[in-house]
Amino acid sequence: MTKLHVSTTINGDPFEFLCAPDETLLDVLRNRLGLTGAKEGCGTGDCGACSVTVNGRLVCSCLVLGAEAEGAEVTTIEGMADGDELHPLQRHFIDGAALQCGVCTPGILVAAKALLEKNPDPSDEELRYWLAGNLCRCTGYDKIIRAVQAAAAEMRGA
Amino acid sequence: MRYLAAKTAAEAAGALAAEKGLTRILAGGTDVLVQLRSGMVEPDLIVDIKKIPGIRGIVAESGGFRIGAAVSGAEIGEHAALCAAWPGVAEGVQLIGSTQVQGRCTMVGNLCNASPAGDAVPSLVAANAVARIAGPDGERDCPVADIPAGPGKTTLKKGEIITSIFLPARPDRASDAYLRFIPRTEMDIAVASAGVSLELNADGTVKAARIVLGAVAPTVVVADDAGKALVGTNLDDGALAAMAKACEAVCNPIDDKRGTIEYRTKMAGTLAKRAALIAYARAGGSK
Repeated sequence: MTKLHVSTTINGDPFEFLCAPDETLLDVLRNRLGLTGAKEGCGTGDCGACSVTVNGRLVCSCLVLGAEAEGAEVTTIEGMADGDELHPLQRHFIDGAALQCGVCTPGILVAAKALLEKNPDPSDEELRYWLAGNLCRCTGYDKIIRAVQAAAAEMRGA
Repeated sequence: MRYLAAKTAAEAAGALAAEKGLTRILAGGTDVLVQLRSGMVEPDLIVDIKKIPGIRGIVAESGGFRIGAAVSGAEIGEHAALCAAWPGVAEGVQLIGSTQVQGRCTMVGNLCNASPAGDAVPSLVAANAVARIAGPDGERDCPVADIPAGPGKTTLKKGEIITSIFLPARPDRASDAYLRFIPRTEMDIAVASAGVSLELNADGTVKAARIVLGAVAPTVVVADDAGKALVGTNLDDGALAAMAKACEAVCNPIDDKRGTIEYRTKMAGTLAKRAALIAYARAGGSK
């Protein structure tokens, strides 16, 4: 298969890569660009572990072709902390032990950040529906909901 | 596999028509990429239609709305005027998948994936929505109701793509609603579903009703007699019971792990009743 040349922006930085036409954005991020924060859980858009944003929209990167990133603005978990300073969501996840194995965590953080940008003060129900596409088999979700709400409260106060 | 990001509908239609092998059209990709991944299909050509001018826009037209084929569910949900005029259409498409899937999935993709359980389809058919199709021989319009041909099959010819959906103008005292049953609260496929579009007279009685059922036959089903059972009534219990019975009469579902024939049939009528009551209240009817 002839490879495609793609120019894109990831976490604010310009990137260029070659990919196969049927290669997903998730595979490009992980295998070609070394951005291994997004995880592959299911590969079929059910688990949300590969969540990123494309042009500001939360998506599963396993359901996006690398070729579709041409000219797009992509953000991943790698862009969430500001240098060594963790994002409030990341800090509250650690402080509140809202993760165990951690495989779902990058996707949940990216998804939660996208919600708080749209709705800084979600109800628990809104939050649970928003995160319905992010599966966690460790925590039982309760600590995740509490950590996002704690981060949201801090961000509203900031 | 080759990937083509078509710049015009004519380029997309031409490439799809000329390709001798297997083709897939890529809009939101939430079905196509799953098919690729599972090895269900190995297309020779994928045509990405998202770069076609206008295909990602919602525009007012003739009192109604023209919705581009690549408009995502999330974008529809954020369009206040569209959601006010056609709340049933908007709630149908927004029931597809998760937040992440909503960021990509499209009504047209849901229609062309041609699952009998597609959540976007019953409300579109109830709305008398019309698909605009670009093909090798130019453009044509076709009622959405005539697009599905069976599970995974549409009536579109080789090289044809749907470029937009037109939702007609809404008279006063008109609204719609969509309900589905799933065993969980989110992210599942309809066991049975119903889309109902109503127009009311000034006295609150039903002037016109269109009822469309999903997941109870190889394609969505227009329950004409069910709609007629509501005309002239204000959705009294007798009219609703007659309507539900007429819904059951047109069901032809399968038995599977998600629902039996009897269950799906009964649920279709029940959901149509509940959706009709919601549409009636939204249209300004009071009982």
